[in-house]
Amino acid sequence: MKLLKTAPVSAWFGMIVILFYVVLMLFAPILAPFGETEIVAYEFEPWSETYLLGTDNLGRDMLSRLIYAARNTMGVALITTFLAFTVGGFMGLLAATLGGWVDQIFSRSIDVLMAIPSLIFALLLLTIFGTSLGNLIVVIALLDATRVYRLTRAVAMTIVVMDYVEAARLRGEGLLWQIRKEILPNIMAPLVAEFGLRFCFVFLMISALSFLGLGIQPPTADWGSMVRDNASLITFGDITPLLPAGAIALLTVAVNFVVDWMLHQSSGLKE
Amino acid sequence: MSHSKEKDNLLTIRGLRIEGKSGDHWNEIVHGVDLDLKRGEVLGLIGESGAGKSTIGLAAMGFTRDGCRISGGAIDFDGIDLVHATQKVRRGLRGHRIAYVAQSAAASFNPAHRLIDQYCESPIVHGVMSREQAETDAIDLYRRLHLPNPEEIGFRYPHQVSGGQLQRAMTAMAMASKPDLIIFDEPTTALDVTTQIEVLSAIRDVVRDFHTAAIYITHDLAVVAQMADRVKVLLKGEEVEEADTRSMLDDPKEDYTKSLWAVRSFHAEAKADISTQSTPVVSVSHVSAAYGKVPVLHDVSFDIHKGRTVAVVGESGSGKSTTARVITGLLAASDGEVRFNGHVMPTSYKQRSKDQLRQAQMIYQMADTALNPKQTIGEIIGRPVQFYLGLRGKARLERVRALLDEIELEPDLYINRLPSELSGGQKQRIGIARALAAEPEFIICDEVTSALDQLVAEGILKLLNKVQKDFGLAYMFITHDLATVRAIADEVVVMQHGKVVEAGPKDAMFTPPHHAYTDLLLSSIPEMDPDWLDKLLKQRGEA
Amino acid sequence: MSQFARAEKAEASVRKGGRDMHPLAKMVLQRLGLGLVTLFVVSIIIFSAVELLPGDIAQQILGQAATPETVAAFRAELGLDRPPVERYFDWLAGAMIGDFGQSLANQREISSLIGGRFANTLFLAGYAAMIAIPLSVILGLLAALYRNSFFDRFINMVTLSSISFPEFFVAYILIVFLAVRGQVFPAISSLNEDMSLLDMLYRAFLPALTLTLVVTAHMMRMTRAAIINLLASPYIEMARLKGMSQARVIVKHALPNALAPIINVIALNLAYLVTGVVLVEVVFVYPGLGQLLVDSVANRDITVVQASCLIFAGVYILLNLLADILSIATNPRLMHRK
Repeated sequence: MKLLKTAPVSAWFGMIVILFYVVLMLFAPILAPFGETEIVAYEFEPWSETYLLGTDNLGRDMLSRLIYAARNTMGVALITTFLAFTVGGFMGLLAATLGGWVDQIFSRSIDVLMAIPSLIFALLLLTIFGTSLGNLIVVIALLDATRVYRLTRAVAMTIVVMDYVEAARLRGEGLLWQIRKEILPNIMAPLVAEFGLRFCFVFLMISALSFLGLGIQPPTADWGSMVRDNASLITFGDITPLLPAGAIALLTVAVNFVVDWMLHQSSGLKE
Repeated sequence: MSHSKEKDNLLTIRGLRIEGKSGDHWNEIVHGVDLDLKRGEVLGLIGESGAGKSTIGLAAMGFTRDGCRISGGAIDFDGIDLVHATQKVRRGLRGHRIAYVAQSAAASFNPAHRLIDQYCESPIVHGVMSREQAETDAIDLYRRLHLPNPEEIGFRYPHQVSGGQLQRAMTAMAMASKPDLIIFDEPTTALDVTTQIEVLSAIRDVVRDFHTAAIYITHDLAVVAQMADRVKVLLKGEEVEEADTRSMLDDPKEDYTKSLWAVRSFHAEAKADISTQSTPVVSVSHVSAAYGKVPVLHDVSFDIHKGRTVAVVGESGSGKSTTARVITGLLAASDGEVRFNGHVMPTSYKQRSKDQLRQAQMIYQMADTALNPKQTIGEIIGRPVQFYLGLRGKARLERVRALLDEIELEPDLYINRLPSELSGGQKQRIGIARALAAEPEFIICDEVTSALDQLVAEGILKLLNKVQKDFGLAYMFITHDLATVRAIADEVVVMQHGKVVEAGPKDAMFTPPHHAYTDLLLSSIPEMDPDWLDKLLKQRGEA
Repeated sequence: MSQFARAEKAEASVRKGGRDMHPLAKMVLQRLGLGLVTLFVVSIIIFSAVELLPGDIAQQILGQAATPETVAAFRAELGLDRPPVERYFDWLAGAMIGDFGQSLANQREISSLIGGRFANTLFLAGYAAMIAIPLSVILGLLAALYRNSFFDRFINMVTLSSISFPEFFVAYILIVFLAVRGQVFPAISSLNEDMSLLDMLYRAFLPALTLTLVVTAHMMRMTRAAIINLLASPYIEMARLKGMSQARVIVKHALPNALAPIINVIALNLAYLVTGVVLVEVVFVYPGLGQLLVDSVANRDITVVQASCLIFAGVYILLNLLADILSIATNPRLMHRK
């Protein structure tokens, strides 16, 4: 808690923004003036007292959809990131602890998967399996798990060579005990920071796919597809379609600021 | 120190204070140190880690590292005020009139340039001489420093030259502009003893020949005895005392200095001879091993008996740590076998039973990496108690407390602390307690004192000796420090290139005649006698 | 493991290295081989992805109304009646000479669909790289040299923010300000073959700027980190203690060693550029490979998706390989044989 007092302005800004988004996510139905898919007026109504941010291409309330989208986009991104960490993190820990052929097989296969740019790979897989929400989550989680694997393996490697892990091995401790008690507590700090970064990445990827019409499907409100649906307004100089894009940017900036500070802290403490 | 001599001084430091930044505030790390150095004189700066030796040495060049600053005092180099001089003036002195030799030459040479280019840089940039002149000089210096192929070696890149040679090449580079003063910052600490001799004698000759003044920074008393005319002892950023080398060695005034000098006086009492009938606790017989296809051990054999200490000595790369890895089962022997109490052990630790694992424990060199930073002392010591002896709850706690008593740490104070809240020596004690918790018969001590300051190291040796008597333990003591061997060993095994060169009782090992390598190793250990290096070189010259 | 055991192990591994060939040539050849293998495996993945397609591809394309006879005829036309291994090698052999077969959606030759578009994509990526590389290396160097200054902190905030922006956000902001309100550059970057280079540069300016903004932030941060890491080396302190000026320390002592990390950063970001291009092309309706890919995905035009993915992956692997090889080749410790 002492740390919080020394946090720079940017980190404070980030934490407040994240808190704001979490509130939006949790209380969307209470906060939104209209329903998520409710058609309330004509298309592209301008900003007014009833429709604070106007209406979208189908006549739905823009503000309400922005609020609901917080829940949808962030929820999907969070689930995906958790899945990616569960799979990638566990495999990375196994590879680092066991070494030998397990490490070789895992690492070489992951190398090949990472040799395909992830957006392209996602497009390929979504073409084949279709763009349902479940497919979206699994495909992106697996693609991202490769990155999580790399990092987890790398940081776990620096711990595995420590004498205290060797001591645990020589004591006869089992694999899970080594991972749970000796390795995991010592790599939590970088993993938490990485969680923030991966969340941003997943979040941007889902938004990008939605923007391309291949992510979260209508009528579910989602920031990426909201930009796409209303993009034609931009050519008239109306910035309303930029709001969902801005909402994405603001959240990723906030998370990045907090992660940056956390990384700075953990590296600073080591010196 | 009389201030009337100041005008003969090359370097005069008065009341030097240096602060280091930690977090957002500045802490003073050097608290008002005075220093005088005459032309051609060598001053030894000696002290334990954190004494501020290097910081003072760099300050003598008007240099502070990032995150440090000079907060008070005066530094006068030949009439130039280094504290207030402009950056340009200071830069003009460095590498020209004051030069620096770093601890690790391998890291301090730029990997992208040849040695001779790095040699020539200072004299050319400072306008001392031409490139041709500098190259001729370099070859001459390389020859004086006994580097092989002096005409050719300069045209190599740093990674193409060995550590001992690099250290000499760095000394040559420091001499390039014929400076008035050289700062030697632990130049031989990273070297093996047999290499150290060559570097020490080369440095000393060159410094004498060119009448260069030097500040020689080290933590090794025996080294400073060979190199310095005068010695200044530092402790935590303050001067303890200063005197010329001989009187400092013969008659130290301060208690701290006396205690430093006394460290090497500890000796474990001699033990009764081994009864020929007894089965050794550990028996290594005809073991060979390899990393991949590269053989590292050849036909290694020795026994360790109950209650006795076998010291395994050798330089880096001799295979002594690898031998320990074979005994513990971390590395499978390609040939030969390891026996505990007469029973042949499986080659891999994975195939050994819990009880077999319990019998042999290990204490590591770096206590920092040997203890999990996220576990409390109670957890670290308690785990083997529970794992091997099956004690839980109150019984486990009592056992841990008893072990903390055994290693002379107050249980109530330490049981809930994390390793980061302990000093280096205390951490090493926890390492000992963790080994004892398994109630083993045999402990491998891998360079357990080499990362510690001498006083602390002595405490650890005493503790190990006491514990050995209490529990009748057998020790395998891996070390490169013969002073430690003298202090604690019963038998000695000398290793070189993965082979046992010589083995036997300690007394026999320290009395001639020796095997040639043992002789080289033993005679290379610096002694506290200021004439030791001269005598040795004379002896070797005759031989 | 003690330090000594580590030293022994390191020494052993050095001795293990071959003595016959220059280590550098050997490493480069190894990487090249590895790259080829990777490319091969990736092509298998891309090809077999279609095999995993649930249901019958011919049936899917023709719809449920198609008679079994037409489906069978179509299958034969696609060659689906032959074993997959045989089809794979046919496909690979074709791909090597630029023949990817026909589009399922409009039966046109894929090579004619892709050719011009691929060139356009490379043009756009190259355009962005020409601006981004010098800009980010210089800014990265400056930030590293004046680290913790106001300039550094400012740059840090800006880059951190722009990394977080989705590409289409940056693109639309530029459109709003430079195309709609400012009317300086066109919002839609349609190109055709008769345009002069200048005209093309003008029309592709906004997409190139978008990519530049996104990539520069990454590249700059990585350059800064690489340089700061380097400036902490003991040999840099040694150069200072030899009385060398700041400029000489940087140019003579830091730069030769910084080459490898900087080149690595550049190549990695070029690889990123090539894929980041997809979104930007869609926003600006730029006639590149990325747009074609996205359209084909929407139409489930599998053969075109396969071809585009293979090309993107190929370029990506090639650039990563280049990064790898260049950073080996510029490492002074490897350049001069032991």
